Amino acid sequence: MRIGVVTFPGSLDDRDAARAVRAAGAEPVALWHGDRDLRGVDAVILPGGFSYGDYLRCGAIARFAPVMGELVPAARAGLPVLGICNGFQILCEAHLLPGALTRNAGLTFITRDLRLRVENARTAWTRRYSDGQQIVVPLKSGEGAYAADPGTLADLEASGRIVIRYADNPNGSAVAIAGVCNAEGNVVGLMPHPEHAVDPLTGPSSDGLGFFTSVVAAVAA
Amino acid sequence: MSPVDTVARAAAEADRLQPFAELGLTRDEYEKIVATLGRRPTGAELALYSVMWSEHCSYKSSKVHLRQFAAKAPPSGALLAGIGHNAGVVDIGQGYAVTFKIESHNHPSYVEPHQGAATGVGGIVRDILAMGARPVAVMDALRFGPADAPDTGRVLPGVVGGISFYANCLGLPNIGGELDFDSSYAGNPLVNALCAGVMRHGDLQVAAASGPGNTVILFGSATGPDGVGGASVLASATFGEQASDHTASAKRPSVQVGDPFTEKLLVECCLELFAGGLAVGIQDLGAAGVACATTELAAAGTGGMLVRLDAVPLRDPTLGPPEILMSESQERMMAVVEPGHVDEFLAVCAKWDVRAAVIGEVTETGRLVMTWHGETVVDIPPASAADGPVYHRPLARPAGQDALAADDPAALPRPADGAGLRADLLALLGSPGLADKSWVTDQYDRYVRGDTVLAMPENAGLLRVDEATGLGIALATDGNGRYCRLDPYLGTQLALSEAYRNVAATGARPLAVTNCLNFGSPEDPAVMWQFAEAVRGLADGCAALGVPVTGGNVSFYNQTGTVAIHPTPVVGVLGVHDDVRRRVGLGFGGTPADLVLLGRTEPELGGSAWAHVCHGHLGGRPPVPDLDAERRLAALLAAAAADGLLSAAHDLSDGGLAVALAESCLRGGTGCTVRLPGDPFTALFSESAARAVVAVRPGAEAAFGRLAEAHGVPAAAIGGTGGDSLTVDGCFAIPLAELAAVHAGPLPALFGPAWSDPVLSDPVSSDPVSSD
Repeated sequence: MRIGVVTFPGSLDDRDAARAVRAAGAEPVALWHGDRDLRGVDAVILPGGFSYGDYLRCGAIARFAPVMGELVPAARAGLPVLGICNGFQILCEAHLLPGALTRNAGLTFITRDLRLRVENARTAWTRRYSDGQQIVVPLKSGEGAYAADPGTLADLEASGRIVIRYADNPNGSAVAIAGVCNAEGNVVGLMPHPEHAVDPLTGPSSDGLGFFTSVVAAVAA
Repeated sequence: MSPVDTVARAAAEADRLQPFAELGLTRDEYEKIVATLGRRPTGAELALYSVMWSEHCSYKSSKVHLRQFAAKAPPSGALLAGIGHNAGVVDIGQGYAVTFKIESHNHPSYVEPHQGAATGVGGIVRDILAMGARPVAVMDALRFGPADAPDTGRVLPGVVGGISFYANCLGLPNIGGELDFDSSYAGNPLVNALCAGVMRHGDLQVAAASGPGNTVILFGSATGPDGVGGASVLASATFGEQASDHTASAKRPSVQVGDPFTEKLLVECCLELFAGGLAVGIQDLGAAGVACATTELAAAGTGGMLVRLDAVPLRDPTLGPPEILMSESQERMMAVVEPGHVDEFLAVCAKWDVRAAVIGEVTETGRLVMTWHGETVVDIPPASAADGPVYHRPLARPAGQDALAADDPAALPRPADGAGLRADLLALLGSPGLADKSWVTDQYDRYVRGDTVLAMPENAGLLRVDEATGLGIALATDGNGRYCRLDPYLGTQLALSEAYRNVAATGARPLAVTNCLNFGSPEDPAVMWQFAEAVRGLADGCAALGVPVTGGNVSFYNQTGTVAIHPTPVVGVLGVHDDVRRRVGLGFGGTPADLVLLGRTEPELGGSAWAHVCHGHLGGRPPVPDLDAERRLAALLAAAAADGLLSAAHDLSDGGLAVALAESCLRGGTGCTVRLPGDPFTALFSESAARAVVAVRPGAEAAFGRLAEAHGVPAAAIGGTGGDSLTVDGCFAIPLAELAAVHAGPLPALFGPAWSDPVLSDPVSSDPVSSD
């Protein structure tokens, strides 16, 4: 099982995503923003960081990277894709996921270990969890407040596409949304960092490992 | 400067006086330059000498004292590169080396807190990068004026936001540091940034321009007018004076602006260049920019370099040679490259979208020569600029020093009963310097890179270096201006002792020391006495503890008008941890455990947090450091961690045992009950050095007792962990919820509460998150 991790200029948590992939028993494959090539991987992770320095708007430049020209059609065709933090912002900018991430309500960067609730355990990236399960995963972002128009929010709620919610909304996200998915459930984006919760030695828990073991199970199925 | 001032013109009018004073040079210094060159300097040469000979770059007032760090250095097999390099390099075993250094960015952070603090991070990261290492972590030691002063409300949020902005975007975990408040820092905040980097032994890079014919490449950001004169004007002028400002015209900012995205690309680009063996010499550009980089590379190499200043990529085409030399534009590096590698070098830069320009070559002339569109504007022996003047400044013990020492805090009224002790503990915990610092540290990314094992509010930051073996490093910084005001020699040793102890508390073995020496004006003999005493104390302390100073930084002129800050040497200690999986944190939790107080407690309250917070008092003598006891305590803590005997350990420092117990209870969400031997006030609030409190794993009590005895460390069983209150038998009990509220409240109340959701009623239960 080969899972690609894309490095954009300014990607920061790429090596952490690769470590989490290894911890889940899969092989991480480094993908370069400038290559129009997914190297035949079974799934792709867009990692956290500040691609292109977050200039213009978080994720707004990265969506035009050559690798995205390959990724967008592949995702629409069913390739499992996970966007973490900056990766979530890129997926929204690329219109693979609805909504947008805006400045935290408190206006400061927030690093905090948070309780999250898995609202949809049927996606490619959450099937190893159970609906309603609580997990502890760190959040670390300055522009993590999820925003969407009321119609989209109602739609997401009705269709079960709110994947992860904050137990205590830290940043002003609409209806405490921490992560959402596309209609097919193969593309998931979330602001918290499951790759930093795969080992209690270096994270608050190992609760985040389930995202990576989930996709391994989904691809194998 | 039009038309450009050339060497030919200077030779033709050799006696015409140049505006040296406006650039911060003295008449003597100017005459020395004229004597060296045999003519007047050109405008570009004057700019170059003025920044190179500034206090900030030349260490002209401190050099004669700093020599003790090398002269008194204890024998250490661990040192791969010592003082004099961009940063010291320490062997941590298994083929790994670590480089680390702390540096001040005090003055810029007062003028423009956000960018000043941000570029402080950027500058120290490039120092570490220039050694060949991958930067892996940062820490910041911050000191501000009174927490409730309006200006602190301007400076602190800006500084914290700037550090957050830069280091988070750069992808470096912030794993520790300090935050303190004292009226002595009003108008002179201290912003000291530390960075650590890791490399393999063979990766060490040199900052020297060797090999005539080799190419000199400037890469990174384009050069703009920012920070022109920063080194000589900002870092060497006292606030409150009217700075002469001929070189930095009104429209030009004295403080530089940082671009962490460019720095991130520069880091990855450099590491790829190093891995490819494409640079034979490398130097970061910090204070004094191109002037400093070319001078130091040439002086450390074969001696000669030709630089075409018109080849420097500019953001502002109106800049001339003096401004290009002095510019402190950020995110720039300079490399010396063999001609056969230039194309490959430029290709790596292009891959990372890093701008690079060939600006000159190494020569065998022994002269640093710079041209501007074909005309020679600089022609100097590089060592003359790199070495700079040396001053033996007069020293004088301050007049009030004896009176200060005589003002013994033993005379202060003490709490009469348990209720009084309880109230004083809560007052300490709720004071801004000891309160919960989450308001600050939540703005820093401590997780990125995935190797952070311990971070604030732990005793020290602890990073994993090798995933397979568990090899890691611990880092702590400490400083205490109040102790140093009472006795700079002892106070500096106490700062060293505390950082050393903090590193040891995690289970690491202390290996090496860096320092950032923050003082007032060196032209004031009283300040110079404080400085000399502090350096002597640190050098003697390092010799006694067996840890060498590997490098550091001096920041003078931290004063407003004639009033200097408390002398504040900040000491950073690096330790090696053989297996981070056996780290010891400071939180109480899990199975109830016996608490053991290690070390000897004397009635020592001079400069204490209790005297400061409860009485606004500063006087008497600081605690007496006991370096031999520190060594034994550290060895005991490392051995106990390696044997897995401890479930928690906390060093005792500000606020003594009382504050340490409260912090450990709050960190782990578990209470404790203690019985104190002797006078409870002294037991709770004394700040005697060489002490720690540990929670011993159930079943390991006897083994730990034997180990303590073998190390000659006094160990007293004082109670145990458990419950949901901090209880001192016979004195008081404080529920953890009350402790937490008092501890967590102050910083949000001062600097802005965390945002809370006004609308959503949370359907999820809200039991607290337990910390590991």
